[in-house]
Amino acid sequence: MNSVVCIAQVPDTETRIKIGGDGRHIDETGVKYIVSPYDEYALEAAIRLKEKEGGDVTVLGFGPDRVQQALRESLARGATKALHVKGEAGDADSLGIAKVLAAAIKNLPHDLVFFGKQGVGTDNSLVGPMVAELLGYPQINVVTHLDAAGGKVTAHREIEGAEEIIEAATPAVITAQKGLNEPRYASLKGIMAAKKIAIDTKSIADLGLAESDILNQRVTVVSLELPPEKSGGRKIDGSDPQAAAKEIVRYIKEEAKAL
Amino acid sequence: MPTVLVFCEVQDNKLKKASREALSIGRKLAEAAGGDLVAFAADRAAADDAGRYGAKKLYVTNAGGYNTETYTTAMQAAMEQASASIVLLGGTSNGRDLAPRLAARLNTGVASDVDRLEWTGGKLRARRPVYSGKAFATVEISGTPAIATTRINAFPAEESGGGAAEVVEISASLDSKTTVVETKVSEGGELSIVEADIIVSGGRGLKEAANFSLIRDLAQAIGGAVGASRATVDAGWIDHQHQVGQTGRVVSPNVYIAAGVSGAIQHLAGMSSSKHIIAINKDPEAPIFRIADLGVVGDLFTIVPALTEEVKKAKAH
Repeated sequence: MNSVVCIAQVPDTETRIKIGGDGRHIDETGVKYIVSPYDEYALEAAIRLKEKEGGDVTVLGFGPDRVQQALRESLARGATKALHVKGEAGDADSLGIAKVLAAAIKNLPHDLVFFGKQGVGTDNSLVGPMVAELLGYPQINVVTHLDAAGGKVTAHREIEGAEEIIEAATPAVITAQKGLNEPRYASLKGIMAAKKIAIDTKSIADLGLAESDILNQRVTVVSLELPPEKSGGRKIDGSDPQAAAKEIVRYIKEEAKAL
Repeated sequence: MPTVLVFCEVQDNKLKKASREALSIGRKLAEAAGGDLVAFAADRAAADDAGRYGAKKLYVTNAGGYNTETYTTAMQAAMEQASASIVLLGGTSNGRDLAPRLAARLNTGVASDVDRLEWTGGKLRARRPVYSGKAFATVEISGTPAIATTRINAFPAEESGGGAAEVVEISASLDSKTTVVETKVSEGGELSIVEADIIVSGGRGLKEAANFSLIRDLAQAIGGAVGASRATVDAGWIDHQHQVGQTGRVVSPNVYIAAGVSGAIQHLAGMSSSKHIIAINKDPEAPIFRIADLGVVGDLFTIVPALTEEVKKAKAH
């Protein structure tokens, strides 16, 4: 069972977002980058399958040099190979990124292709299904449980108020949701072993793609803004629970027009 | 004459709220662009509702229950027949599953989870929250059709007073490499936080898992969904599908009640666009009070049960 896990590198979720000078991107000064949290569940699922069934786990990242750090961390956790496609992923839209990843995946051993259900930050939830379409694979999105063996994958997909159990033929694309597993930390042994694995690097041109197509955006950011600062409303003393409860109900009825 | 096509989903013979909202903003875009509003569904039962929200035609396929591949093929057929310039999908699990697949097939642009839409200069402009609502990006979609998924609760559902939509049958291949073997409904058929008008959320202030019963009782009395902070989910007190905020869901209900939630930046990002925010917390300095419209400084263990009783009384009238 071979897997490819696509890794997105994103600003730490603790980051206080500031707008950059161009008014279209965030100010990257002092931003700490992490592996997108949902990708950690994807990686853990792939490593567990490898431990059970054998095979390779290749981590794949597209972006500037700092992406190597995310790939290195993933190797330390148990991935066996890594490919870094160099390029300014920040200048591509989701479909541009998906085209790069799909072209790279074609040349990597895989039965399953994993993503997080969304890249934390841009919050698009687009790239995984786009790669599935570009490769002609089935997709199972927002997965909380997974079994794979013998050319078939069975996964639980989270939907509103329910869960679907879906079977698909492999190769297939899986996007991981929180709850799929409990991701492991890198062990010291893993960190040492990862240092011996060379990260393969390629350019967009090496994949047979034209940069113009990848960077020719179908979705362009016109502006990026912070939400208006909320001033905070009324604060009341809740030492008399009945009185507080009455005031809350009055507020909900009269101002929110609910109830 | 740009045509707007809206992907519709039916539940209990009625259109889902997300679909009614998408039709409503779709009608405004069609009016602005001087074009027609049409709809797609896998169920003829959608015709009355789709018409009521302004759709002239309803493209219907016999694809049955939701399946990514068969629905992609059917929607592609509808988009071609309608010559759609704009395609909107309500931001349900299925809408969000389908939109990227369609965009990749047609080599076009898609914006996810948008809360504002306008047709300007022959292009679709959308605003969408990024970094879980810590910032908003305005994007322009080029490529035809322009596709967007709409954030639930961001666009009011407004009827147009129209009659039933004309039903147009489309046939599409039912080939798929996936099969839905079973659908398991969550215990108690709980309301999802994404769709709810009212959310009652609990945080670490609840002290232990069993005390989520206070939150559930209030949510049930008020007819809302149960939300939770990341800390309580990570502690295993409640299932992840209740988590609000970054690594959970971004929500914007009419009323958001936070009890014992201090208001970490990741949580605030996920709910600060709620229309009416009520916070109950014993710490007067808790960050949640900075964004609360009504803040109550006090003990949630006495206030929440009192509120549940008060809500029941109000409902009984």
